[in-house]
Amino acid sequence: MLSTPFPFMLLLSIESSCDETAASVVRDGRDILSSIVASQISIHADYGGVVPEIASRKHLEAISLVIEEALRTAGVSLPAIEGIAVTRGPGLAGALLVGISTAKALAYGLNIPVAGVNHIESHILAVKLERDVAFPFIALAVSGGHTHLYEVHGIGRYRTIGQTLDDAAGEAFDKVAKLLGLPYPGGALIDRLAADGDPRAVKLPRPLMHDDTCNFSFSGLKTAVLNYVKKNPSVAEGAALHNICASFQSAVCDVLVSKTRAAVLRSGIRRVVVAGGVACNSGVRREMAAFADKEGAELFIPSPSLCSDNAAMLAVPGDYYLSGRAVAGFDLDALPVWPLDAISSPEGP
Amino acid sequence: MTRIIVSKSVQETISAGKRLGALLGAGDFLALTGELGAGKTQFAKGIAEGLGVDPATPITSPTYTLLNIYPGRVPFYHFDLYRLQGSEDLLDLGFEEYFHGDGVCLVEWAERLEETLPEDHLLITMSHDGDDCRTLSFTPSGSRGEELAGLLMSDHK
Repeated sequence: MLSTPFPFMLLLSIESSCDETAASVVRDGRDILSSIVASQISIHADYGGVVPEIASRKHLEAISLVIEEALRTAGVSLPAIEGIAVTRGPGLAGALLVGISTAKALAYGLNIPVAGVNHIESHILAVKLERDVAFPFIALAVSGGHTHLYEVHGIGRYRTIGQTLDDAAGEAFDKVAKLLGLPYPGGALIDRLAADGDPRAVKLPRPLMHDDTCNFSFSGLKTAVLNYVKKNPSVAEGAALHNICASFQSAVCDVLVSKTRAAVLRSGIRRVVVAGGVACNSGVRREMAAFADKEGAELFIPSPSLCSDNAAMLAVPGDYYLSGRAVAGFDLDALPVWPLDAISSPEGP
Repeated sequence: MTRIIVSKSVQETISAGKRLGALLGAGDFLALTGELGAGKTQFAKGIAEGLGVDPATPITSPTYTLLNIYPGRVPFYHFDLYRLQGSEDLLDLGFEEYFHGDGVCLVEWAERLEETLPEDHLLITMSHDGDDCRTLSFTPSGSRGEELAGLLMSDHK
C-alpha cells in the first residue's frame, strides 16, 4: 500500500481554459471514474441538449452541471472528494477564472486542498493515466492552439525545445479544410478524405523541415494550398479532393515527424509522447509509429478521449502537486500566459 | 481617405507592420480584415516588432487561443475573432475591457466586432493577389485613426 508514488486520493479536476468546460473524478492519479466534457454530452433534457462553446459566461452556465455529472457518473458524493485540481493557464482569463473560482469555493467549503495546473502540462502527462511512461521523455504537444516540443524530465520539470512560429498544426488542418470548402472545423474530415487519396499527387512545401531547429511553421503550407486551390478550382471535388487532403496531411506529418526525430537525436532521449487533439489524426499516429519503429524509440499516444481537451488529464500533475509539494492558497489566480518552462519545480529542469 | 500599400513578399508585409507598430501607443486600435491566407498574422508580427516585443518571442496565430498578450513598449493584445459567431460572443468574453486600456489592440477578423468596433480606429484590409503579392488598404476612422494613417504614409515615402 505504501509503494505507490501518489497518496491514495479521490480527486476532482476542473478544466475551463478555452472552449471546453470539463470535470472528472480520478482515484489515485490513475483510475478515471468519470470524465465529462460539456460539448460532448447533452447534459439532461432541461439544458436543451446543446452546450454552447467559447465564452466565459457559457463556462459559468455549464460548470455546475458538468461537475454534478462527473460526480454522479463516478458514483461519488461531493464530501468524499479529497482534493481538487484546476487549470490555471494558459488560456483566456475570464474562462480560467470560472474554473478557478469554482475550485476554490468547493475547496473552501469542503476544507480540502486545491492545486493549479498547467493545461499543456496536463496534456503531455495524460498518457500516464493509461501507460507507465518513465521520465525523461520527448513530448510533442499538437493541437489547434499548440505545436510544441518539450523535454520532460519529471512532473513540473519541462524544457521547451521547439514550437510553431505561426500557426498550430491543428489550426492549419481546420483552415485548409475551410479553403477546400469543407465544413469548419474540418480537421477530422481531412483525415477521412486523405485515406483514399494519393499523398504524392500535389507537391506541397515542408516549411522549416531542414533547418537546424526544432521549430515549426505551418502558415506557408496553408498559403501553398490556397495558391493551389486558386489555380485549380476543381480541386474541391472527387479524387482531386482526396488527393489534396492526402498531400496536405502528408506534408504536416513529415514536418511533425522530422522535428520529433531531431529532438530525439539531439537529446538522446528515446521515449516519445504525442499529445493534444491532433494526436487523434490517423496519419500522425501511423507516421509516428513508423518513425519510432525505425529509430528504435518508444512511442506513447493516449486514447483519443485523452488527446482532446478533457479534465481527467489534470489528475496526473494534480495528484502529484497535492501530495505536498505545491498546494495552492485561496489567492490562486489565473495565468493566461504560462509557458511550461516557467513552472517552478523543487528540483528544476 | 483610404491609403494603399502593395507588398510583394512576406518580408514587405512584416516591414509595413513594423513601421505602423513603431507609431502606436496605449489605447490605439487596429481592425484587421482579409480572407484566409491574406497575411494577417504576418502583418501582426511586424506590429509586434514595431512595438518592441522581444524578437525571440514567436508571434503565433491566436485563432484557437482567441487572444495572445505580449509585453512590449506597451502591452500588445492580439485578438482573432475567426471562431466567434458574432458580437454576443465578444461581450461574453469581456474583450471590450481591453479596447480602451493600457495597450495596443490588433483584432483579426474585425468585421465580427460589429457594433463593438471602437469609433476611433485604423481599419486594415488585406487581400491576396496571388503567390506572394498582397494589397494592404488603410482606412482611418476618428482623429487618432487619421493621424496614424497620415504618419504611416509620410513614413512610407
